[in-house]
Amino acid sequence: MTRFALRAILSHWSLHPFQLAVLLIGLSLATGLWTSVQVLNAEARASYQRAENQINMAQWDILTSQTDLTLEDFAELRRRGILVSPVLEHELQGGSKPIKLLGIDPLSFPGLEVILGTDHAPSTDPLPFLLPPGQVVLHPETLGDLNLTQELPPYILNASIPPGVVFSDISFVARFSQQENRISYFIMPSYQPLTQNISTKPPSRFKLQKAEKSALGLSRLTESFHLNLTTFGFLSFAVGLFIVQGIVSLTFEQRRRLIRTLRCLGLPLSKLVLFFLAEILTLALISGTAGLLIGYFTALLLLPNVSATLSDLFDTEALTYLHLRREWVLSGLSMACIGALASSAYAFWQLWRMPILLGPSFLARGQQSVKGYGLLLVAGGFCCLGGVLVFQVIGGLMGGFALLTGVMLGTALSLPYLIAKILRCGSLLAQKPIFKWIWADTAAQLPGMSLALMALLLAMATNIGVGTMVSSFRLTFLGWMDQRLSAELYVTARDDAEGDALEDWLHQQRITTLPIRSTEFRFEGQLLKIYGVVDHTTYRSNWPMLSAEDGVWDKLARSEGILINEQLARRMAVGLGDQLLLPETWPKQILGIYSDYGNPDAQAIVSMPSLLALAPGAENRRFGLRLAQQEVPSVMKKIQQAFDLPNRNVVDQASLKARSLHVFDQTFLVTGALSILTLGIAAFAMLTSFLTIWNQRLPQLAPVWAMGIERRQLAFYDILRSLLYAALTTLLALPLGLVLAWVLLHVVNAEAFGWQLPMHLFPLDWLGLGFFALLAALVAAALPAWRLSRIEPSTLLKVFANDR
Amino acid sequence: MIARSLLLICLLQLPADALAQGFAGLGTQAEGFAVPSRDYQFSFPDDHGPHPDFRIEWWYLTANLKDNNGRDYGVQWTLFRSALKPGEAPGWQSPQIWMGHAGLTTMDQHFSAERLARGGTGQAGVTSAPFEAWIDDWHMAGSPDLSHIDLTARGSNFSFLLQAESNKPLVFHGQDGYSVKSAAGQASYYYSQPAYRITGHLDLPDGTVEVQGSGWLDREWSSQPLAEDQEGWDWFSLKFDSGEKLMAFVLRSVDGQTTFALAAGSPKKGVLHPLPLDAFTALPLETSEVTGRSIPTKWKLNLPGQDLEITVIALNNNSWMETSFAYWEGPVRIEGSHSGMGYLEMTGYEK
Amino acid sequence: MLLKVRNLGKTISGPSGRTTILNGINLDLDAGASLALTGESGSGKSTLLHLIAALDGFDAGEIEVAGNRLSRANEGKRAHLRRTIVSVVFQQFNIIPSLNVQDNIALHAGLGSKSDPAWEHHLIDKLGLRDHLHHFPEQLSGGQQQRVAIGRAMAMRPKLLLADEPTGNLDEASAQSVLDLMLDLVKESETALFLVTHSLEIAKRLDHQIQLKGGVLQ
Repeated sequence: MTRFALRAILSHWSLHPFQLAVLLIGLSLATGLWTSVQVLNAEARASYQRAENQINMAQWDILTSQTDLTLEDFAELRRRGILVSPVLEHELQGGSKPIKLLGIDPLSFPGLEVILGTDHAPSTDPLPFLLPPGQVVLHPETLGDLNLTQELPPYILNASIPPGVVFSDISFVARFSQQENRISYFIMPSYQPLTQNISTKPPSRFKLQKAEKSALGLSRLTESFHLNLTTFGFLSFAVGLFIVQGIVSLTFEQRRRLIRTLRCLGLPLSKLVLFFLAEILTLALISGTAGLLIGYFTALLLLPNVSATLSDLFDTEALTYLHLRREWVLSGLSMACIGALASSAYAFWQLWRMPILLGPSFLARGQQSVKGYGLLLVAGGFCCLGGVLVFQVIGGLMGGFALLTGVMLGTALSLPYLIAKILRCGSLLAQKPIFKWIWADTAAQLPGMSLALMALLLAMATNIGVGTMVSSFRLTFLGWMDQRLSAELYVTARDDAEGDALEDWLHQQRITTLPIRSTEFRFEGQLLKIYGVVDHTTYRSNWPMLSAEDGVWDKLARSEGILINEQLARRMAVGLGDQLLLPETWPKQILGIYSDYGNPDAQAIVSMPSLLALAPGAENRRFGLRLAQQEVPSVMKKIQQAFDLPNRNVVDQASLKARSLHVFDQTFLVTGALSILTLGIAAFAMLTSFLTIWNQRLPQLAPVWAMGIERRQLAFYDILRSLLYAALTTLLALPLGLVLAWVLLHVVNAEAFGWQLPMHLFPLDWLGLGFFALLAALVAAALPAWRLSRIEPSTLLKVFANDR
Repeated sequence: MIARSLLLICLLQLPADALAQGFAGLGTQAEGFAVPSRDYQFSFPDDHGPHPDFRIEWWYLTANLKDNNGRDYGVQWTLFRSALKPGEAPGWQSPQIWMGHAGLTTMDQHFSAERLARGGTGQAGVTSAPFEAWIDDWHMAGSPDLSHIDLTARGSNFSFLLQAESNKPLVFHGQDGYSVKSAAGQASYYYSQPAYRITGHLDLPDGTVEVQGSGWLDREWSSQPLAEDQEGWDWFSLKFDSGEKLMAFVLRSVDGQTTFALAAGSPKKGVLHPLPLDAFTALPLETSEVTGRSIPTKWKLNLPGQDLEITVIALNNNSWMETSFAYWEGPVRIEGSHSGMGYLEMTGYEK
Repeated sequence: MLLKVRNLGKTISGPSGRTTILNGINLDLDAGASLALTGESGSGKSTLLHLIAALDGFDAGEIEVAGNRLSRANEGKRAHLRRTIVSVVFQQFNIIPSLNVQDNIALHAGLGSKSDPAWEHHLIDKLGLRDHLHHFPEQLSGGQQQRVAIGRAMAMRPKLLLADEPTGNLDEASAQSVLDLMLDLVKESETALFLVTHSLEIAKRLDHQIQLKGGVLQ
């Protein structure tokens, strides 16, 4: 019995290989996109992690001196309670390129666990490092460049340290380089003990060099990148499931008669359900595996972009390979199984409830479905309302996401009702009977199409929403950069003395110089950086104010108040005219609030005299120069010649902007690619639906054909209908997409990243997207239409056959 | 002080601790290191300074303090010296590793801090005349006869600055400072100043408090490791209101049995008299949950020969030292046949 | 002569080789006249109707409807014929489920640009559908559905109405009334009727009767 039943059930697929193919492809695509997003996310995160874990000597503040540093300096600083860690550098020659040997003191080095750790576990055991014969630790790449004939201690490979340097105990380096008493510089770890009663300020003969920080705080940008990727991952998967749902219901529908027969023959329903369950899970596993491969290769294709983004953001090594990790395999396969089960749940429910003798006819759905749409509309309304309520009640990031989910789901559920209504209006307005029929027939197809259209709606709305967000972000960012980077050339001296010399020299050259000086301290538990500005038209005409009092710059110049960035205003919940409770005699009146995208920290601006009065030691190393554009290259050259500054200390505005923009564009390139892919999947869902309703369509088409409409004509009308669907869906997707964009820009961004962005509209992009949607509809309808135009008259006549 | 040498060796042998694994790799025999001898003649102030030919050494002060409102405090200040090999060398080539531990206990809070340094650079060390033991900005410094010392240490959220004075003589353990500490005959050089009067102030997150009280300084150095089956120990230094003192400890083996217990008490003439082996018993009465471990914080101590039967109660159950190797060390209160204050150190209570 | 069939032959290829469905069929029908074609199941009577209705192609002979030779007609021409000259009433699936009664009746005439509202109103009244104009097919009984089919077919004023067991799915009473209405309407509008039925009783009510057996007229 079992074998017979199984054979009967499975024979369906040999009769309908196309259905099988679509089912497998649909599920594979869904799993594939999901997996590729997972892979990219995981790789990107792993890469940040690596970058963060890497020892980068520039990550710490360091102390240097004009004269050589010695052991006595070290002892003096430590005995003052300043917990510095010594570094002794020595250039290793003789290999294929020069390599820097870095001697560290493992008893005080702040990054010890990274250097001594393996990829699997950090270690803080300094003894192998300390005890003879000692150790050198280096990146695997460095090994090839090293002259191993030198008498180095045994080496340990560690990918967490940068290539080109070799770490060893300072005692070895001192011996090896014969610099027993010398220290190259001190690292100042950020943790320092309680400073009550004792000054931890190093004596003035030491120069403090602050750690390098990424200029734009780009890690926030990468977080938004992940947010986008994850949204797309879920969306792609959901869209893919619409395909599966369609096909699964179709195969159950077509096997109704078989199911009844089998049950009449005595096969228990429970066993039958078990068979179908086994069948769907087998198919899920097969397509899940295929999906993993698809996902892997998609990720591999997209990888260069992600990789470019990462290397721009972190100066880390480019990703050129992917590991197929166990987590992805598990997550991919389980998503395929869960997805398959979820999308066949309704079919199973129907199977469970199906009476043994009489199945409700597939075709008797016409008008009843309108009632169904009404119910969906009500459910959709509740979803939207729920989203809004949750947002009102809990607010914040989670509230924002709840709002998004509610509105997206609610609108998708309301879609069939809205489209049905529009089509009804169309058919009422149509004069010619043929058009009446086209409208009516389009409405008649809606039950079979609604899932695919919901998928299309979600895909397009996300497209519009995320696209609007990204473009708004870009436009704002560009404008902000224009305002913020208003000087043509930015120069950074190595220390204050050089800064003073540079300033004098610039004055002699009659170059307008805007010193950039700042101080920072902890304020209300967060780091606050306060800049001083000189009174200059550059600021007056360019600074990106969000809101400001009248005569703000005059008041600022008279030291009557302070300007703060949006982040600080938001966190402290203060506005114009409020008092910022700063310590000491800092100006407190808030004169203006300016936008400061990409910066996670609080920031404020006072007049230069205020700054210098309250923080006389504020370093004077950075300058913005106002120049005619054509003078920039020659001035750059002159400065470099006069002061021998490294390239990165003299940066022109144009290249700074170009670099920032490049990073930005790379970040969102992948988003663009994924959004097109999602749209492609939605098109595939439409195709699947068209094929699914094919058999139901014939009884509706045959009479019209019999009345004298050619098959070609019918096929053309079918394409027209598909376009009509796409156009209507686009019409509804547009407002939904804009709502999505608004929530992303005003709620999610503000909550997640601390800044709100103005929303810009891009009607041309919508046109393009609408075109894409129509194209997708055209492609989806092409195959069924072609089939229809070639259908045998006898096939159509069978509809009327008396013995049907 | 035997417990302290056990501290170092045993903790260093704990496999869970990465640092310990390495130190354990030094081997268990004192290769090339000097060994204490029974007929050693102490010479001061030189012997207050370091002995780099011995493997381990410390300057260890504990203090029971009170503020003006009568609230109790405990302070621990320790400088350990541990040699990778015997002898000294200049600069980074020095084989001497220095480690500072500081602890500050209040009725409801406990603070600890640690510093590490290499000898030879001036970052840490000890000089005998004038006397100064230091690591970074922590120091214990004073007169060459230790009759007067200043003491300071700082952590991320506490610091203290204390002055200690004593006109009492130093007390030598065992046989004139040659202290046998196991049945197998291992020994160390060991003397104490158990009678410091202390004044000074503590800096706490809530503010500064003026305190006064009593302190106990231990000086000990040795090279010989102890039995490897020791899991940990419970060590008591007790100061009775009568002016008598008691130092006692229990070694626990891996199976939880007491393997070696020793007590010495009553410094009448500058000597702590050793009491017979195993004349002393210590029983845990109560345990407390401390950072996920179960630790005895109330003890019953018995010395039948001396008519001593007391209960020792931790001032603050949570006196946990979050250092490279963690242990419990804090002030205690004494009740029973005798009353007074003291310090308790417990090791080997790992998770 | 409205309809001329000469030496008509039709074979189809199936799994068991080529099968002859119709062979050497000859018949004529005058405008306004009616003809009943009877025969057993599988005798080929529906196929003959499909061929005359220009719904399917044939291999041999000729069919001439109102002067149009079907053997030469391409798909467009045949579709044109179906829009303007012939119309068919099948046993089922005649009307469009997504259109209401009114729109169904208007559809066929509209397709052939032969709308005649007055005539449609007349048909609606005659067929007793006035109260059902805004109903959808699934809300109608089988008899009502066939009346709509007849109305839809007659609204375009065909020269030839082809009916394939139009009452085959109906009970006795509604079958009788549907048939009466149809005969009445073709007479009134002088439309020729070609009716396929298995019932000799029904066949008797028409002007002429022929019988098909094994693809050959008897």
